[in-house]
Amino acid sequence: MIASYKRNKMMNRRKFITNTVAGGAFVGVGGFNLTSCSFLSKKHITILHTNDVHSHLDPFPKDHADFPNLGGIARRAALVEQIRKENPNTLLLDAGDIFQGTPYFNFYGGELEFKLMSKLKYDAATIGNHDFDNGLKGLLAQMPNAKFDLLSANYDFSNTVMDGYVKPYNVYYLDDLKVGIFGLGIALKGLVNKKLYLETKYLNPIEIAQDISTSLKNEEQCDLIICLSHLGYSYEDDLQKPDDLKLAAQTEHIDLIIGGHTHTFLDKPTVRNNRQGNKVLINQVGCFGINMGRIDFYFDAQKNVAANGRSIHV
Amino acid sequence: MILKIKHYVIFITIGSLISCQTGPKKVSEVHAKQLSLNDSIAQIDSIDSYITPFRNRIDQVLDSPLAYASHNITKTKGALNTNAGNLLADIVFEQTKPIFKSRTGNDLDFVLLNYGGIRAVISKGTVTARTAYEVMPFENSITTVAMNGRAIRELVNYLVKSSVPHPISGIQIVVDKNKNLQAVTIQGKPFDEERIYYVATSNYLVSGGDNMVFFEKATSITEIDYIIRNAIIDYFKKVDTIAPVIDDRFIQKK
Repeated sequence: MIASYKRNKMMNRRKFITNTVAGGAFVGVGGFNLTSCSFLSKKHITILHTNDVHSHLDPFPKDHADFPNLGGIARRAALVEQIRKENPNTLLLDAGDIFQGTPYFNFYGGELEFKLMSKLKYDAATIGNHDFDNGLKGLLAQMPNAKFDLLSANYDFSNTVMDGYVKPYNVYYLDDLKVGIFGLGIALKGLVNKKLYLETKYLNPIEIAQDISTSLKNEEQCDLIICLSHLGYSYEDDLQKPDDLKLAAQTEHIDLIIGGHTHTFLDKPTVRNNRQGNKVLINQVGCFGINMGRIDFYFDAQKNVAANGRSIHV
Repeated sequence: MILKIKHYVIFITIGSLISCQTGPKKVSEVHAKQLSLNDSIAQIDSIDSYITPFRNRIDQVLDSPLAYASHNITKTKGALNTNAGNLLADIVFEQTKPIFKSRTGNDLDFVLLNYGGIRAVISKGTVTARTAYEVMPFENSITTVAMNGRAIRELVNYLVKSSVPHPISGIQIVVDKNKNLQAVTIQGKPFDEERIYYVATSNYLVSGGDNMVFFEKATSITEIDYIIRNAIIDYFKKVDTIAPVIDDRFIQKK
């Protein structure tokens, strides 16, 4: 009953947002905006993100049935470069399944994917199930090519060759702001051959997320907390299977969940309430590098906007 | 903006009162949009030229002729067996049999793959490694299972009931016009419900793919550690002409 009540509430919320969005116009709920605080010298952080690129380095052919002439990392490089020029305080992130999907991976084992992501100056990525496709040794072999952080808080690699190569989280400093980012991966049993992940331990992602985000908030004093999740967007039929919507609802402190795995094409981020009733953004941009997500966070100049007093333009 | 990007910029103000008290830095505003990587974005040539030698090498390997298909090989023609399915199952049988024998000392009895696993047609003409990637893009590998007669009966019933031309090799199934089972022969001998059979399939199906739940009843599993696509490529390399036909391995009597 409680669950269904919550779900109804969420559905109503969603409906409300959808209806509002459908109008395509400015709607000020409550009539208050940020008028009471100065907008001068606002701080601005831009988050760019991809997921499930699956070794798609080249654009799709012009005659492709689903994604004609879309994607390509050389284009993505141009877009990232241009946005970084507009705002140097930009982070570029990936939510996993970097590997597997084109012969580039079969031939070169992920070397090109990691080298090119390093050239694009990715800051961090999490580990998707297909990133295990050449086994732990296959992933380890590519680590020298990754000039970005590989983040996973719920895979314990301590009894594997990957021990020491993956951080649970990292804190990034931009314009005197602290951005805490952590990664979450999906249950490997039944999805990935045990020979590939060996003694990698999968830990409950939602419990870990709550712990890490609390410490990022209270101990690291982060101004923004982002989760790179390869859990998948939503498994409505399986209440026990963790997904991004459950993660948002059952934790506190996360501002943004960048998702992957389910190849979900969201034309705009989903907004959900967390356990404290604060807004969490959940975004995922399909797959194969045909889209890139862009989320801009503005911080009040006087650093003193009340909790939850954020306007979200999606 | 040099880009023609669809903006999903709709303004929603959530939350109400904003008070200007001193405290930790807080997000005041969030904007989100999805950027499409279409051809309005000029690529960075240095990135593309970095990829070029790798791309050329892949093209050279994948597009080198390995064999010749004397006609179109497709899974869409044929009722209960197809020339594409027969080719793939026969390849897996031929490539797996010696490895299985050397690992276990046993003789492989038959092969079962899944119809859905065949992802493309092989067109008449030159066959390359790229053909194998198109037909079998997945990394599924060959797995062999030992199954008792009762589990084999379930397997056969699944095939009869589904009436889908799942690729098989080494087994013959005959049903009558009402889809009642008439005969099952394995390696040319009548099906013996009292014995153990050794079946090669894909690791995907052994782990429950396509609802082939009878594989759960396997009494033992031996991994062949051979990617199905690699078995196909190795077969293409050793033959000159590929000319599979629809035959009588799974038929319905009129």
